[in-house]
This record gives sequence, C-alpha cells and structure tokens, in this order.
Amino acid sequence: MSALRGLLRKEVYHILRDRRTLVVIVMLPVVQVILFGSAIRTDVRHVRLAVVDPGPDHQTIALRHRFAAAGVFTTVAVVARADDLEPLFQSGRAQEAIVFEPGFADDIARGEPARIGVVTDAVEPNTASLLQAYALGVIQSFERDLSRQSRPARSIAIVPQVRLRFNPTRESSHLFVPGLMAFVLTIISSLMTAISLAREKETGTLEALLVSPLRPWQIVVGKVAPYVGIGFVSVLLILAEARLVFGVPLRGSLTLLLAEGLLFILVSLSLGILISSRTASQRVAMLGALVGTMLPNLLLSGFIFPLDSMPTPLRWISNVVPARWFVSIARSIMLKGVGLDYVWRQTLVLAGFTLLLLAASIRSFKARLE
Amino acid sequence: MTSGPAIEAADLTRTFGAFVAVDHITFDVKPGEVFGFLGANGAGKTTAIRMLTGLLAPTGGTARVAGHDVYTESEAIKRDIGYMSQRFSLYEDLTVWENIRLYGGIYDLPPKEIRKRAEAMLARLGLEHARSQPVRLLPLGWRQKLALSVALVHRPRIVFLDEPTSGVDPVTRRQFWELIYETAAGGTTVLVTTHYMDEAEYCDRISIMVAGRIGAMGAPGALKKDFSVPSIDELFVRMARPTEARS
Repeated sequence: MSALRGLLRKEVYHILRDRRTLVVIVMLPVVQVILFGSAIRTDVRHVRLAVVDPGPDHQTIALRHRFAAAGVFTTVAVVARADDLEPLFQSGRAQEAIVFEPGFADDIARGEPARIGVVTDAVEPNTASLLQAYALGVIQSFERDLSRQSRPARSIAIVPQVRLRFNPTRESSHLFVPGLMAFVLTIISSLMTAISLAREKETGTLEALLVSPLRPWQIVVGKVAPYVGIGFVSVLLILAEARLVFGVPLRGSLTLLLAEGLLFILVSLSLGILISSRTASQRVAMLGALVGTMLPNLLLSGFIFPLDSMPTPLRWISNVVPARWFVSIARSIMLKGVGLDYVWRQTLVLAGFTLLLLAASIRSFKARLE
Repeated sequence: MTSGPAIEAADLTRTFGAFVAVDHITFDVKPGEVFGFLGANGAGKTTAIRMLTGLLAPTGGTARVAGHDVYTESEAIKRDIGYMSQRFSLYEDLTVWENIRLYGGIYDLPPKEIRKRAEAMLARLGLEHARSQPVRLLPLGWRQKLALSVALVHRPRIVFLDEPTSGVDPVTRRQFWELIYETAAGGTTVLVTTHYMDEAEYCDRISIMVAGRIGAMGAPGALKKDFSVPSIDELFVRMARPTEARS
C-alpha cells in the first residue's frame, strides 16, 4: 500500500509543479462559466406534444388534427386532467402541452373567447421559445380559418395562455451549466490523463513502473486518482459559480448530482487511458483526446445543439457519447429537481459505459505484458 | 537464494505474426557476471530483454531469471530485478530525493530503510548538495548514475541495462562503467545491451545477436582469438554483413 501512496504523491507533485497546466485546469471552469453565459441558437423538429382535453368536442378534435398535420408535432399523450401533465414533463416524455377547457366548441359557437393553454418545457430555453411560437402559429391559423368559414361572418377569438415550466425566466445559463460540467470534466479527466500517461511513455518512466512489482491496477489508480479529485473540485466550483453569478438553481439532490459526476469522471478517465494506450506521444494523445472525447461531448451531448433537432443518424450516434447521458441526467437533477427514480435509466447506461471502458482500459494496460 | 545461473534461457523465442524477433536463443549468465548483449538495431536485443524482465511473454522456449520461470513467476522476477533504459526512467520534475523515495516505495521498502539507503546513495554519488534539485537540472552524466543507483535501490540480484550509455560522452561513459563494475563486484549480475563496441571489451562475456539469433558468444578475448579478428568491432561488422546480403 505504501507503494501506491508513493505513486499518488508523485502524481500530485507532477500536477502541482506543472504550474501553467494547473492554472489552466483551475481557471478553465471559472472562465467557461462566464463565456457560455450567453446563448446558443437552434431549430426544432419532432416536438413531443401532450394534449389535455377534459371534454372532447368537434372543435378540440379539429384543433388537435391541426397540430398533428403541422408536421412539427408528434402527439405523445392525450389526457383528461391537467394534473396528469406533470409526470409527462418530469420524465421528458412531453416537451409541450396544449390544455383545453371544457366547452371549447360551445364558447366558439356562442362567439365568446375560447381559452386554451400552451405549456412548454423550458429546460432548454431557446428550444422552448421556438416551440411556443410553433404552437401559437398553429392556433392562430386555426382561429383565422374558423373566422373565415363562419356563417354569418364574425370574428372568432381563441385566447392562448402561455406558460413555461422549470425555467420561467428562460435564462440560458440554467441550461448550459450541466453541459459545461461535462465539458470541463472531459478536459480534466480524458485529456489530462491521456497526456500524462503518454508523457510517462515518452520519458520511459512507464516502462520502469511496468517492470516493477506494481500491479497494473495500482499503476492506473495511482495515475488517475489525483484527477478524480481535481474533477470533483471543478464540479463544485462550477456549481458554486453558476449559483453566485447566474443564480442557477440546484433543485435536486447535490449528493445524487455528485455521484453521477463521479460516474462520468470515471468514464472520461477510462477513455483517457484507452486513448493513451493506443498512442505513442503526448501530441498524438492530445489530438486523440480532442477528437475522441471533446468534440463529441461538445457537439453530440446536447450541450450546444439540442438532440431533438438533430438528424436521426446523428441522434443515433449520440447514444454512444457518454456525455449525452450525463448532460441529460444533470439537467434533470438540477433544473427539474427529479430524483434517481426518474434518471435511473440514463444512470444505468452511464454505469454500463463506465464498467465497459474501465475494463477495456485496464485490459489495454495489461495487453502490454503479453 | 538459489545457486546456479542468474539467467538461463533455452530456445527462447518470440514471434510477432510471421516475424521472428527472437529465434531460439540459448544462453546462461553467471551470478556476478557482466554480460553484454550486442546487436544492430532490430536484432532482437530489446525483445529479449523485455521477455526476461516480464514485460513480454515468450512464444516458445524456456527461461529462468533469478531462478524464477518467466511464464509463471513474473511477479517474483520483478522483485528480484532492476531495470534501467536508455531514457533513464527518472521523473524530471521530481527532485533527486523524491525520485529515490518513489522507487524505494514502489519496491515496498519501509520509509526508514529508504531514507538510509538514499543517504548512502547520495554520499556515494557525491550528490548530497543536489538532493532537492529537480532531476531535470542535473547534468546528463549525473542523471545517468542516479538512474542506475535508483534501479539498484531495492538491491536486486540482477540488473538489466538497456543501452544505458547512448548519447553520453566518452568520459562519462567510462565513469559509468566503473559504476557497473562496482555493482558486479557487489554480487549483482549485470546484463547490459550496447552498440558501442569498445564497451563490449569491458564485459566478462558477450553475445552478438544477428537477426534474432545469437551469432557468437563468449569472453571478448576468446572471441577475438577464435574468429581471428583484432577487435570486437571487426567481429561485429563481419557477423552483420552476411545478414545484410541475405535480406
């Protein structure tokens, strides 16, 4: 055990003495939080629509058909009570809902203003404002057509009441924090691990460790444990800064979020080890880490571009990007305040990745001995 | 402690696909001997050493290092050997003291013992003044001597030196060889690879590897007489030539 302690100490010294890199690691999350405080734009398709229709009549059915025919919406559920919406939003099955009141057709027939609610999930604020505009567009065209067709001609008024859930003020900063955490953790865990292992290969010190009685797992643990620590600290830094500067809430459990963060750190570390075991120099390892982890995490995790608006093949590929699952989990915990019962599926996927990659990275390490 | 050879290899072979890197080599190294492994680049020296140090599994033949089987007892081998590569295996951003402590700890020496040996080592090398200097700041010659001493910190029975003197000036090389002699005089077996032919003359015995095989083996003096050549350099060139013609 003292051997392992010595290894850990050595790794901490490496990190502390490489001042420039240390400053980058520490400043990175802090600066990124500020940089990404501004928004990112997008376009949306396949909107998952829920319908609350307590008293279906020919007008509510007609409007529902309008939504279905618009090409943007997919109706995922029709429920009778507004209370039934909550679980649909929480689980992410629905992104937007139209809420009818009883007597919709009667109001229209009497020429009274008919009320309709439009509720939008605003976890992704930019997407949310687009969704809202789409829904209002459908309702307005329905209203116009009704007025034109009515005999005798009179104006029909449908009064939409819009509401945003989760993130009523629509601040992008709420959205970007989970994605940023994934990004920073990738840099620290994958990139730094890959580089520092490749450096040991370059300087020949890895060989000295391999011919020593140290077990492969000891070498790996001694190498990566300090980065787990740094990753953890930067998660806390980001959360604190996001709260103090942008007032981003943490609605769910901090413990759960940190545990999921740890899982993601492990995935990223494993990737870093894998990359470095396939590369011979620091430069190649750095490129490998950039292309293999940072780009997918940036582009395919839902951090910058919503997964909903991606072409199907890309969305499919995004499933093998671990960050995509972490971002989804972190958003749910932070912004929706849900617990493990809502994110267990994503957690399971992430844990699967962790096991798979950890095993693969230890194997790739042992493979040197065959 | 087993008596008998420090290293014994019989028909030791390693292939990579169709390529035979080490082709049925058979040799013994006696305890306390300085055994030179000579050969051109790609002759199989490094592959042979990697098999003997437990970094690479052989594909055929047998070998025992310090009495342990390379197939089944590689963990025991690792405790009994030291290793120094041409890249010195020191951490350049750690100080002299920290490097010694790290490697002492890796070989499970108790802290008190590490301190004792480190002091003795620094005194022997005359490096006391540099104990808290980063290794990066040491002159190459010192770094090399420190690397060898660190590879010996756990008092291994055999030490493998893989081209330890490449890129070092002749005076420093001579000093380094004095350190090697001291090590062997202390009872540690030394297996050293080199492509400096003058260094071959310093070894008790040498083997010249050509294309994965041992082309010649014996004491430098005896080899020169047998092949009637004036120097090992001459012998080496003569052995290497036919291979070039064949390939």
